[in-house]
Amino acid sequence: MHGRPRKASKPEDEAASTTKAQKLRALQTQFFSFHHSKIYTKEAVELSAKLLEINPESYTAWNYRKLAVEHYLSQPDCNPETVKSVLDDELRVVESALRQNFKSYGAWHHRKWVLSKGHSSVDLELRLLDKFQKADSRNFHAWNYRRFVAELMNRSEKDELKYTEDMIYTNFSNYSAWHNRSVLLSSLLEKKAEGFLSKENLLPEEYEFIHQAIFTDPDDQSGWFYHLWLLDQTVTTDHPLLVSTWPAHGSDVFLVGDRCQNGSFSPFTTVLSDSGSFPIVLYFNQPVKGVSSSTVIIECGFNKNEELLWEPLSVSNSQTAQVWVAHLKCPTSELDSSVEISVGYSKEIVSPRGSQYSHPSTFSFKVHVQPVERDSSRVSVAENILWREENFKVYRAQSEESIPIPSFDQLCIKNGHESTASNWRTEALAKEVECFRELLSLMDCKIGKLTLARLLMAYDVMSFPFANKLVHSEEVLELYNDLMKLDPTHHRYYKDEHSLVLLRKMTSSEESLLQHCFQYKDSVSSAIGNPICLRLNNLSLSRIRAFERLLWVQMLDLSHNELESIEGLEAMQLLYGLSLGNNKLRSLTALEPLRKLKSLRVLDISYNRIGDHSIDTTRYLCSSPLSHSVGSELNDVALINYWEAFYMFKDLNLNQLDIVGNTIADEKFKSVLVKIMPLLKRLDGELLD
Amino acid sequence: MADASFGFSTLQMGELAIGKHVQYILSVEKKKDSFESVVMDHLRMNGAYWGLTTLDLLGKLDSVNADEVISWIMTCQHESGGFSGNIGHDPHILYTLSAVQVLALFNKLDVLDIDKVATYITGLQNEDGSFSGDMWGEVDTRFSYIAICCLSILRCLDKINVEKAVSYILSCKNLDGGFGCTPGGESHAGQIFCCVGALAIMGSLHHVDKDLLGWWLCERQVKSGGLNGRPEKLPDVCYSWWVLSSLIMIDRVHWIDKEKLVKFILDCQDLENGGISDRPDDAVDVFHTYFGVAGLSLLEYPGLKAIDPAYALPVNVVNRIFFGR
Repeated sequence: MHGRPRKASKPEDEAASTTKAQKLRALQTQFFSFHHSKIYTKEAVELSAKLLEINPESYTAWNYRKLAVEHYLSQPDCNPETVKSVLDDELRVVESALRQNFKSYGAWHHRKWVLSKGHSSVDLELRLLDKFQKADSRNFHAWNYRRFVAELMNRSEKDELKYTEDMIYTNFSNYSAWHNRSVLLSSLLEKKAEGFLSKENLLPEEYEFIHQAIFTDPDDQSGWFYHLWLLDQTVTTDHPLLVSTWPAHGSDVFLVGDRCQNGSFSPFTTVLSDSGSFPIVLYFNQPVKGVSSSTVIIECGFNKNEELLWEPLSVSNSQTAQVWVAHLKCPTSELDSSVEISVGYSKEIVSPRGSQYSHPSTFSFKVHVQPVERDSSRVSVAENILWREENFKVYRAQSEESIPIPSFDQLCIKNGHESTASNWRTEALAKEVECFRELLSLMDCKIGKLTLARLLMAYDVMSFPFANKLVHSEEVLELYNDLMKLDPTHHRYYKDEHSLVLLRKMTSSEESLLQHCFQYKDSVSSAIGNPICLRLNNLSLSRIRAFERLLWVQMLDLSHNELESIEGLEAMQLLYGLSLGNNKLRSLTALEPLRKLKSLRVLDISYNRIGDHSIDTTRYLCSSPLSHSVGSELNDVALINYWEAFYMFKDLNLNQLDIVGNTIADEKFKSVLVKIMPLLKRLDGELLD
Repeated sequence: MADASFGFSTLQMGELAIGKHVQYILSVEKKKDSFESVVMDHLRMNGAYWGLTTLDLLGKLDSVNADEVISWIMTCQHESGGFSGNIGHDPHILYTLSAVQVLALFNKLDVLDIDKVATYITGLQNEDGSFSGDMWGEVDTRFSYIAICCLSILRCLDKINVEKAVSYILSCKNLDGGFGCTPGGESHAGQIFCCVGALAIMGSLHHVDKDLLGWWLCERQVKSGGLNGRPEKLPDVCYSWWVLSSLIMIDRVHWIDKEKLVKFILDCQDLENGGISDRPDDAVDVFHTYFGVAGLSLLEYPGLKAIDPAYALPVNVVNRIFFGR
């Protein structure tokens, strides 16, 4: 019952309702007897119309009418006139049913069914639609039907585009019309129809149009999403690009057999390679497919014939991912060698929409191997790594050292054509920034602030793609702070956006990153060696990203934040130690990204909220039999209540796990963990046998 | 900020009148004489699912006679394997899912000839991966969800072309991140639930633009705390299910104000006669009672069983299907 007032029914109403009910029931009983005995006499068919007029949702009656139509049309004496009169009847019944209930699925479908028999005309249907769409301009059944008629009768998309314009000028507050406009425009752009060849010419007009709506009433949502779509059209290049790699171009990678023997190499690029291989990571600006040994060519002295197996880093079994990894075997004979990797010289790397990777690029680095010298006295006991303040000291960079974040200018091969092509994009953004500043000078509104924040971030990224300068980050952070106060209902959305901008700002330059680089204790004697620990703790981060700048990180401290999610962390393939202690993780399934981190040995998830919640918000973002992303291999009945733990931890190679301070972590659960991870050496600080 | 426990101060927001709602649901079945109940006659199978799932979430499924319900369900099955909305009506995928869900609630899936039901559903998949609702060919992403959910509960999702089913759903994805009934159709929260739910069950949520869709969905919350189903529409309790479950599946539910939504749902209760309505002071019905209670379950309201956001069945029932052999 939608929109019907609640009231105590009076006896006389009840009596009237009962009488009506009896009548309808009698009609229905009679109808069933005709339907079940396949009786299609005039009288029987008329009865079904009567039934539908009272109750258009009685779907079986629509089915019956279709059978009746087929019955009549298959009669030997059926001529064009009978066809016309039979089908006209159907159109009439539909129309009167729609007058009774404009939202009747059954009625609309029946009309489609009649039309697909080749009956009726575009004029007739558009006239009918016009009547209905004027009465309710947001009825999605009518809009769906309109698209159906337009397609069936080959009405031009430009005429339909004009119709959306008329509807919008009648009333800006018509999300349905804006939606249909976005559908038609993208189709026309895709087909490169006449007059729709370039976004460069088209987008300014559309911006102009949507400004009228937003300035008329900024709180009306009808134009918000259309504007965001235009912004996306302005910012996004269709073709995928490689934005980051590990190892970075021009870097020197030191591979050590065990972590004790590190000496004097750079702590940024000394990597443990006890498995005899090391990862190569490709990070694109959007998900791509087709990364393989035929699209990525590796040239190095020590790996001549072996084909690399590229693995997409995505949660599901999909063959599309933004980040790809392959493992290259360490050189054995040569101690110093160069590796050159070329991406995209053949055309098979494509975005899901089918755009090709079109900026072939090459990066190279040097690999230095430190042969293994086993010193058995030092490796025996698993050291307990404690993420305490006193265990870290600020890292002082050597003069010539730099963080191996890729220099983007070397990675992307610049070409004159692309940069002129992008000019209009930057100009369009600058114009939008100006426009929304004007809006905010007229009135304080949330969509003005939110859009300005998005525009400024997009503008920074587009203006300085290679420098990663964020000149507006302070202003954007301030805008999100304002929004949290202005629109407390969506506080957490702005908070998440705020965190992401903050992280981008911190990772945007080497200088700001270095402020967060630490070293663990007395690194020489420590079993973890001397890698840099990036400490992003105590920043009240609720979300994380910017992983393309952090591919080199092996130790990461995210403790004492407000994280509920670690989405995207799977890109950090070098991670060895990770602290997520004192965050707000709600469930084990939220740890799914860790399953792709084959180097991870030390994990702290203590003092989170795992086990506090009855609703698991990552239940379908992890691999489980519920989503058919893994088979049901849970054979141990004792594990049924712990299936999340089973699927999450069975493939991890942890030495050390801290899980104390979570509701789930009772003694029974811990014994299950030990069973699932036989290689675990320490649990909550205690040494296991 | 103590956001883990939304201080459910009963003084502020009233309480869920569990006893009244149980009474109301049991009474709906007995009121067969009113005009409304005859008009709804054809979807009694959906009604059974809404009412019985609500009772289960409230911990009162045992107040109905399971054998009676099951034998009525089985009389609604047709030769084709599909179920009708009631005795006398034609089979349709809409009612087939409800029948299977109710049998799952009672842990009675074994009364089914699973192959027969699965054959009916697989037969409705079209060449482009979409699903028809019945032999008359109406196509809608609602039917994709229903087919996929139903086959998954019956543990035979492998009988359809999953890849094509995914790609059809993606062809209905819009530029606002949402989904419509058919390609080009406007985004609508109910339709988004169907598409996101189907993708969730097929392990394909990576195709969803979570931040874009999440923002669209969280903006469904209006000043009163209720959720609407499309921009610039009135709030309605049923969207507490469609919007919330979608936000949960893509892990963006923290973008709305849960406390305000709880209050909105509780304000829609009929405290005198039980039941929940679309908006405060409107007439109640079993559909909105289910969506209100299911919404509260998703909001972790105390005293309710947890419901699964994709299968729309209590979590313990879903876990029993997939893990409890």
